Amino acid sequence: MISQLIFFILFAVAIVFFARNAKKIYRNIKLGRATQRTDNPGERFRIMAMVALGQQKMFKKPLAAILHVFVYVGFCIINIEMLEIVIDGLFGTHRVLSVMGSFYDFLIYAFEWLALAVLVSCVIFFIRRNVLHIYRFGGRELLKWPRTDANIILITEILLMAAFLTMNAADGKLQQLGADGYHTAGAFPVSQYLVGLLPDNINGLVMVERFCWWFHIIGVLLFLNYLPLSKHLHIILAFPNTYFSNLTPKGKLNNIESVTAEVKAMLDPSLPPPSGEVTRFGVKDVQDLTWKNLLDAYTCTECGRCTASCPANITGKLLSPRKIMMDTRDRVTEVGKQIDQKGSFEDDGKSLLDTYITREEIWACISCNACVEQCPVNINPLEIIIGLRQYAVMEESQAPSSINGMFSNLENNGAPWKYAQADRANWANQ
Amino acid sequence: MENTFHVPTVAELMAKGQTPDLLFWVGCAGSFDERAQRITKDICKILNHVGLNYAILGTEESCTGDPAKRAGNEFLFQMQAMMNIEILNGYEIKKIVTACPHCFNTLKNEYPELGGTFEVIHHTQLIQDLIDQGKLRPDDGHVFKGKKITYHDPCYLGRANEVYEAPRKVLESLDAQLSELKRCRSNGLCCGAGGAQMFKEPEPGNKDVNIERIEDVIESKAEIVAAACPFCMTMLSDGVKIKEKEQEIQVLDIAEITARANKL
Repeated sequence: MISQLIFFILFAVAIVFFARNAKKIYRNIKLGRATQRTDNPGERFRIMAMVALGQQKMFKKPLAAILHVFVYVGFCIINIEMLEIVIDGLFGTHRVLSVMGSFYDFLIYAFEWLALAVLVSCVIFFIRRNVLHIYRFGGRELLKWPRTDANIILITEILLMAAFLTMNAADGKLQQLGADGYHTAGAFPVSQYLVGLLPDNINGLVMVERFCWWFHIIGVLLFLNYLPLSKHLHIILAFPNTYFSNLTPKGKLNNIESVTAEVKAMLDPSLPPPSGEVTRFGVKDVQDLTWKNLLDAYTCTECGRCTASCPANITGKLLSPRKIMMDTRDRVTEVGKQIDQKGSFEDDGKSLLDTYITREEIWACISCNACVEQCPVNINPLEIIIGLRQYAVMEESQAPSSINGMFSNLENNGAPWKYAQADRANWANQ
Repeated sequence: MENTFHVPTVAELMAKGQTPDLLFWVGCAGSFDERAQRITKDICKILNHVGLNYAILGTEESCTGDPAKRAGNEFLFQMQAMMNIEILNGYEIKKIVTACPHCFNTLKNEYPELGGTFEVIHHTQLIQDLIDQGKLRPDDGHVFKGKKITYHDPCYLGRANEVYEAPRKVLESLDAQLSELKRCRSNGLCCGAGGAQMFKEPEPGNKDVNIERIEDVIESKAEIVAAACPFCMTMLSDGVKIKEKEQEIQVLDIAEITARANKL
């Protein structure tokens, strides 16, 4: 009875904390400007099914994709086991779902193999990340906390799976010994090999089994609350993020309507000048981004496929599309914290441009869409980069001098080079 | 090279009470860059050869505004766009073929919201269509037979607009040895010129992007690398020069290859 009460309290506290942090993230995402991403739901569901559920874009790198599928499928399916743990915890039952009979045995049989697959995959991931020199796991943005974050996730998953298998091993042995409360249920194709490592007396086995049970459930509840602080949030946000994907060709940049109104008035003086509040052109800080850009930032799991495909990055430039996303998340989190403390955001002398992302980074972009193409969860770093450029150019007139030269050629000659418009068709007569 | 035919402008046709079925949007590079001018002329040769009723805007054409937009100058972009749209709509243009994937992308994707809705195709799509219709057919004994040819995907044709097949289909009609670069199609590596990089020095780094790309070409052992964008043409040609591979590797546009294969 006491253990049920403890379980209930732990479970409730974990859910409440998670809900609180999830609400904060939702609020932070809503700090972004509006953008239309709800049209054509059929196509959106299709993209979500292919890209998030079906992991389609992961398969651009087959080895990582297969290992990731093990972890992903393992995670999803082993959550059925979590359901049993929660029911057992709340009602003091033991392996309550075993009423399903042989189907239950099949499930546990499958879980065991999946748990092993997850464990092995995570060990390989850990080695890839920490021992092998894989380009996308390097980079200056992946030092310190982001590196620790990745390793915490992998180690936690390894420990959770180890606890799950050890629990099953102890349970299986207790079943064989006919221990009180441990009725015959489940099949243990993997954990049977761990039995030799366990104590022989029933008390010892019960202790191991209970310890692993509590370790597993507390671990999962802690992990749940770790998600909002971590890059691992992608396991949830990948779904909405792909649903709200951009449906237009990648080459199309958004039209800025406030500019359209002004340009129309400039070209045709008979039109009234645009009225209404003057909005900032481009992006200086996270509030100037769209909510989808911010959702992108929270969804990013820092895999670095974008950066490893970025022509600027791989030729040694400062730009890293992954860092653009990480900076955006860090900044919106900082702004959110200020709102938590003061009730509203006041200028703190910082901004996404300059404090987080430098001019050198944004001007190194070639707008080739490689990062957008590679992202397994349809994040778009390019939109943010162009937004920052728009602020630099339209609000500050701060472009590299050769770019300013190109602008003035365009204005004067209708071409980015210094050639006269009148000479434009000379080639046809040569 | 001397043109043996006249390239009509829309204004000329209008004066004669005619309208073109197809507008050939030449683009700034195609108009002013000497290397790109040769591609422009080959596109005209093809259009002329198949007898399409086409015209260019001539001196009435102006930059689409693509480099301004990508460099963050939305005002300048929209000014250019609206002036161009006024001219295009004034001439009641319905269909446009472009020589440059950047013009193609901008006209196709970014003009509609500003009032300019046209059917826009890239010249590789037009050529593929003409081959499919049987209007273009490589001459017997053309120079590309058996040659090792590879293709560099321009970002604004490939990833940006998912035109991957048309240029490849054109090359497939040649009876040449085709190979893919290790980074191709949606994984293609940029030449380094997009996003207004063409008009500025690169940021400090350890390599230029076109060098990285030309190394892919060298690795493919191709004798010809086909391009479909005047900026890619510049970047790849520079890369070949810097690597001193001018004797081994030729950079040719799909339009040039087509014109030569058809002995135009």
